[in-house]
Amino acid sequence: MKKLKIIWNGIVPSNPVLILAIGLCSVVAVTNFVQNALLMSFVFSFVLILSEVIVSAIRKWVPDEIRVPIFVVVIATFTTIAALLSHAYFPAVYDAIKLYILLVVVNCIIIGRAEAFAYKNGIFDSLLDGIGMSIGYSWVIVAIAVIRELFGNGTIAGLRVMPQAFQPALVMILPPAGFLVLGVLVGWLEWSLRKREAKK
Amino acid sequence: MTYLTGLLKIFIASMVVNNIILMQFLGLCSYIGLTDNMSASIGMGYAVTFVTVLAAIVTWIIDHWILIPFHLQPFLQIVSFILVIGSLVGLVEIYLKKMSPNLYKAMGIYLPLIATNCLILGVTFVISMHRLDFIQSIVEAIGTALGYFMAMLILAGIRERLRNSELPEFFQGKSIAYIISGIAALAFMGFQGMIK
Repeated sequence: MKKLKIIWNGIVPSNPVLILAIGLCSVVAVTNFVQNALLMSFVFSFVLILSEVIVSAIRKWVPDEIRVPIFVVVIATFTTIAALLSHAYFPAVYDAIKLYILLVVVNCIIIGRAEAFAYKNGIFDSLLDGIGMSIGYSWVIVAIAVIRELFGNGTIAGLRVMPQAFQPALVMILPPAGFLVLGVLVGWLEWSLRKREAKK
Repeated sequence: MTYLTGLLKIFIASMVVNNIILMQFLGLCSYIGLTDNMSASIGMGYAVTFVTVLAAIVTWIIDHWILIPFHLQPFLQIVSFILVIGSLVGLVEIYLKKMSPNLYKAMGIYLPLIATNCLILGVTFVISMHRLDFIQSIVEAIGTALGYFMAMLILAGIRERLRNSELPEFFQGKSIAYIISGIAALAFMGFQGMIK
């Protein structure tokens, strides 16, 4: 039961994107098409889960003063693996979001979880935390991508959903809409949190 | 002559057409986090400009003198770049503290923040991806940093005004900063056709 709670914690109560609002660069940038968001979720989950496990496994031998450089090297190693893998298997999508895949290495969520959770907890708990956080990140960016691609292109993951007569709102897949959709989402979230506070 | 025009093109492209914040979404943390304060935005702008140019020079040398000749580029690039930038920021901090305390006071507190800023690393990856030569890399770095500075100033100025205006309840807090950035990005889309 307690173990399930660790996973659930990443999915909703301290969702890295919506509640903690960190690591937003990739969220805005890759959500214009669903394929991009899916590849990004895969890379992110791969790097986060494996880095958390490794950091947790070596935590007893890591001196306190140089822990951050060591975390960065671990994360950079897995980012390199993930980048090479996605280059080999999904070349077209990789070319579209190459820069953001490489920049997973400085994603605040991954460094933050390594520091705040994996460095202090056992291997199994870190694995669960990694899984929870990955699901939390993935569902948010895939949801935003579905909204943007549906209205901007009339398709979901390349399959046509809207009828032929549908006039796509091109702006939704262009960069500015990333900010607009995120702004509305954050506004809605903060607004509903404020409302719940006021009720209490 | 064509080389100089090329440089000008790179400068304009990196500063306004592909503005690093509004078009490429790098460095959003500091952009949203610091722009509710005008002087902090200016300090961060100077610090980023300084470190970006330094980082571009150093990583260009590493890329072209070590990684490419020894065929290490695809798998050692990420690790070496991030370590170099991290230590570079540390060195700059120590140097400034010792040599010019005034400058350190002005941008010292922002330097540690920069080490994990995806903007700096992003510029070095872009330079390596587009295979720019040494001078072009420096121009690209300066252009990108000035673009960042400009976006910071725009948003900080607008947010300063917003503090005295009445917002709808829904948009209070961080939300309005994203909406404004979205509108600014729409305006910047107008530059899109400038560079072919």
